[in-house]
Amino acid sequence: MNEHEQTKHHGPGYGLFIAVWAALMVLTAITVEVSTIHLGFLNVVSAMTIASIKASLVVFFFMHLKYENRTLKTMVLVAFVILAIFIGFTFFDTANR
Amino acid sequence: MTMHRDYQGAKMGMWIFLFTEILLFGGLFVLYSVTLGRYPTEFHEASKLLDVTLGTTNTVVLITSSLFAALSVVGLQRGDRKLAQGFMAATLVLACCFLVIKYFEWSHKIHAGIYPGGETLIQWAPGKQAFFALYYTMTGLHGLHVIIGMGVFLWVWTRIVAGTCTPEHFVALENAGLYWHLVDLIWIYLFPLYYLIT
Repeated sequence: MNEHEQTKHHGPGYGLFIAVWAALMVLTAITVEVSTIHLGFLNVVSAMTIASIKASLVVFFFMHLKYENRTLKTMVLVAFVILAIFIGFTFFDTANR
Repeated sequence: MTMHRDYQGAKMGMWIFLFTEILLFGGLFVLYSVTLGRYPTEFHEASKLLDVTLGTTNTVVLITSSLFAALSVVGLQRGDRKLAQGFMAATLVLACCFLVIKYFEWSHKIHAGIYPGGETLIQWAPGKQAFFALYYTMTGLHGLHVIIGMGVFLWVWTRIVAGTCTPEHFVALENAGLYWHLVDLIWIYLFPLYYLIT
């Protein structure tokens, strides 16, 4: 029960989630607009940067990671670092063929 | 009756499952990126054939459904089962909208012969064929996750009705929400990679 009580008190309310949703909508509009400007390689970079900002908002707020304990935060960090190594090394490999 | 419940453990188990999902899609994203590196112009041409308006609409629909999923958890935590169920219903309605839009997009392409082995696509450059092969694989796998997510929410719904998912023990709804947000998370990357490549 104690853990439930804690999440109740520390958990975010309706207003914060609606604000996060509004930010996600604005970022969606920006990413669509930016894609119409011809920037070459920077188009992919900007699209992935905006997608990652949106993903962070979803993970930290909608998925409550901001309110979780250090163990879970570390686990998620480690999982994403492994994914980054996985993707990074593939590119290192394909770029040098 | 007293029962031992490990709330943190239940959530951690869900996250570990989500890591396997992230690796599954991560592998496909690597495949996408390597193929994009090989056929940049073909990917650009193929991407222009997708409808940005429909893709953007689906992004808005899915992010909004994620908002309602998050709100349903707050509703149940605060003791309002009816409100939580209302938000869950909104999530499910938007999930249906997403699938209907996806159905129209796919059927429009398939009627035009643009599918792996289709009469139109087979005549196109290998890069464009690769784009659509990846498009159907990744959006198809994502769509399957949308359907599974809806099933999970319906299951939680029956648990709320049965009184086993309650304001005191809401982890089933919270984990269903985590799954739904992951589906949203994957779409956030799929959308620019397929619809906005310039």
